[in-house]
Amino acid sequence: MSKKLLLKNDHIPNINQLAVYRQHGGYAVLENTLKNSNPENVLEEVKKSGLRGRGGAGFPTGLKWSFLARPEGVSRYLVCNADESEPGTFKDRYLMERIPHLLIEGMILSSFALGAKTSYIYIRGEYFYVARILEVAIAEAYAAGLLGKNIMGSGFDHDCYVQVGAGAYICGEETALLESLEGKRGNPRIKPPFPAVAGLYGCPTVVNNVETIAAVVPILELGGDEYAKIGIGKSTGTKLISASGHINKPGVYEIELGLPVEEFIYSEQYCGGIRGGRKLKAVVAGGSSVPILPTELILKTANGEPRLMSYESLGDGGFASGTMLGSGGFIVMDEDTSIVKNLYTFARFYHHESCGQCSPCREGTGWMEKIIHKILDGHGTMQDIDLLWDIQSKIEGKTICPLGEAAAWPVAAAIRHFRSEFESYVQNPENIKDIKHYYRLQN
Amino acid sequence: MPLVTIDDIPVEVPEGTTILEAARMIGGDIVPPAMCFHSKLKTSGGYCRTCIVKVEQGSAKDPRPMPKPVASCRTTVMDGMVVRNITSPENLEARAGVVEMLLINHPLDCPVCDQAGECHLQDLGYEHGKEATRYEFARREFEPTDIGDKIKLHMNRCILCYRCVKVADQITDGRCHGIINRGEVAEISTYIEKAIDNDFSGNVIDVCPVGALTDKTFRFKSRVWFTKPVDAHRDCTKCCGNVRLWYQGEEVLRVTARKDQWGEVEDNADGSTAWICNECRYDKKNTSDWTIEGPSKIDRHSVISANHYETSLRNIKADTLKMMGSVPHGVKVELGTGALDPNNLHK
Repeated sequence: MSKKLLLKNDHIPNINQLAVYRQHGGYAVLENTLKNSNPENVLEEVKKSGLRGRGGAGFPTGLKWSFLARPEGVSRYLVCNADESEPGTFKDRYLMERIPHLLIEGMILSSFALGAKTSYIYIRGEYFYVARILEVAIAEAYAAGLLGKNIMGSGFDHDCYVQVGAGAYICGEETALLESLEGKRGNPRIKPPFPAVAGLYGCPTVVNNVETIAAVVPILELGGDEYAKIGIGKSTGTKLISASGHINKPGVYEIELGLPVEEFIYSEQYCGGIRGGRKLKAVVAGGSSVPILPTELILKTANGEPRLMSYESLGDGGFASGTMLGSGGFIVMDEDTSIVKNLYTFARFYHHESCGQCSPCREGTGWMEKIIHKILDGHGTMQDIDLLWDIQSKIEGKTICPLGEAAAWPVAAAIRHFRSEFESYVQNPENIKDIKHYYRLQN
Repeated sequence: MPLVTIDDIPVEVPEGTTILEAARMIGGDIVPPAMCFHSKLKTSGGYCRTCIVKVEQGSAKDPRPMPKPVASCRTTVMDGMVVRNITSPENLEARAGVVEMLLINHPLDCPVCDQAGECHLQDLGYEHGKEATRYEFARREFEPTDIGDKIKLHMNRCILCYRCVKVADQITDGRCHGIINRGEVAEISTYIEKAIDNDFSGNVIDVCPVGALTDKTFRFKSRVWFTKPVDAHRDCTKCCGNVRLWYQGEEVLRVTARKDQWGEVEDNADGSTAWICNECRYDKKNTSDWTIEGPSKIDRHSVISANHYETSLRNIKADTLKMMGSVPHGVKVELGTGALDPNNLHK
């Protein structure tokens, strides 16, 4: 289970340069597709591949593309969501930094399938140096005739631009991203209409994650059917996982979907076990917004089957005993970790990043942060834990965009699986004297 | 025409109607409250989430329920849609949650707020809120911002409904205020304390559902329920000139646009919306400036109607009957003096 598709050429020095990338087979798929295929076939291959959105929601990409409205005389756009801001996720940065041409090749191929003459890569502000790498790569592609008018003599014109955001988590939400790209305040739009009908500048638009667009290249290289054989069930292909936390080897790993979680954590090939030989306590499997799971539930499902790294297996049991694959931000916590302190960090983040447009999220995220802080400070009561539960239930599903859920789920899961830890903070406030160290970032 | 069922009441509405508008066509208790939606402003609504309803059946073609509560002001009806508002306890619970969120950082300074008595947030809290707050932390406060000599901005009271932003975008030339900052500290501001100055700027006061934007020429002059609303008009070169004058004795204390039972600015006879200009609003405060049409009709059960003799008696009667449980058999309750006396009821 060590199939590599996206990162197979990662070890080659200077793979970020066009010449090296082409030496190792880069842009061959593009050339072949533009010469011997048509947009319908590309869409068909992507549908057959079973590729699912790698940004977090896991929506089938082929289906999303087929929803794109195609009215006569209206431009269509492809927008690449490189606003990777989910805490714990850094796979897109790695991919863009190392192999920028893979993304650009994927952008041209996807735009070809969608009939988009212009595409944008919306990259988060903190990745300014990655934006520079992409811009250099795009300039190389223009110079080699891979972008611009009449690409490789096929008659297909395409322009690709990099747009740097200003560093807001909310701009990773696709409609907020489009607003920001249009130069407006990055507030999510109220849906419907969906971007497939009225997106960027009111035109039909597809917004895809970096990894999703990059995955189009191996799909067309192998063929949709071949790609669908990789992985397990409806989770096809490979996935980049950003592993962080108390593991021996944090980093970005490409895994074949269906890899057992236990193997991923303990195998030398991947995370290499828990740091310092400690015990595993909990894992946030898909970026900070997905529910946290304790050891017994992350290694095995509630039915006792081994938990696999796939959309279905991680989601097994719903939120009562499962979680989500999300964006693949795999945060591992050892036995010395305080779940409440960790939750405070998450809650503070969502409070800071709420856009303030709709009331439950604007007011509720701050309220939750204050209550968790109060519990951590040793002033909490048992009612506060119940109140926290009630507030998250009043936010979840009541907001315009998924940020409300992203803020509510970690709180719900922490209370669901680690209630005793909250209670111990309430009952034994003297045990938390070391909180001062926590704030000074010592130990 | 799509047929939609709201709280078991079927209604046929034109294509493209929203659930909220359909509910307003039925009327009564099933109408969801709306804080940020204003039917005369395009793209308004969807922000405050107080109008959320549960959609039990998406449409006749696709009978699946919608997974989450939807904002009724921004969701258009489909044929065969089944909606639950007050008949769904979980929906009412969810709404109470939204109301609580809106109130946790509100200063609750109604005793000194000019909006009290015609404030949508007061009504909302009264009708859908809980009796006490569970919020025990310091409430959010903003530095005061001066936005000109006619309009007072009280950011602490704001619920970020975006209505004033839409007014400035849609009915004035050039918007110079907007939302700055993000999240909990997002605020309405002119950024560098620039005065909002154009002929129609005063309309932001009329659309503000709370006391965040109030009329400086009326500030602290009187509680609204001590003033009497009178409809009047004049020939104005800038606007329609159809206004509501608020009298105390012989004195006109303030001039506003005419609002309907939903608190939204009414339409003129020709179908245009009766926005009024600043000259009518601020500079014409003498009866001699106006042609009086007569007392305004106040439909709503509000504190303003407490000043209306007839309405208040009717309310007292209804409240009395409610307090007594039920109307005894064969008893007719007449309006008028003595209606409050339980002895009269049993005669």
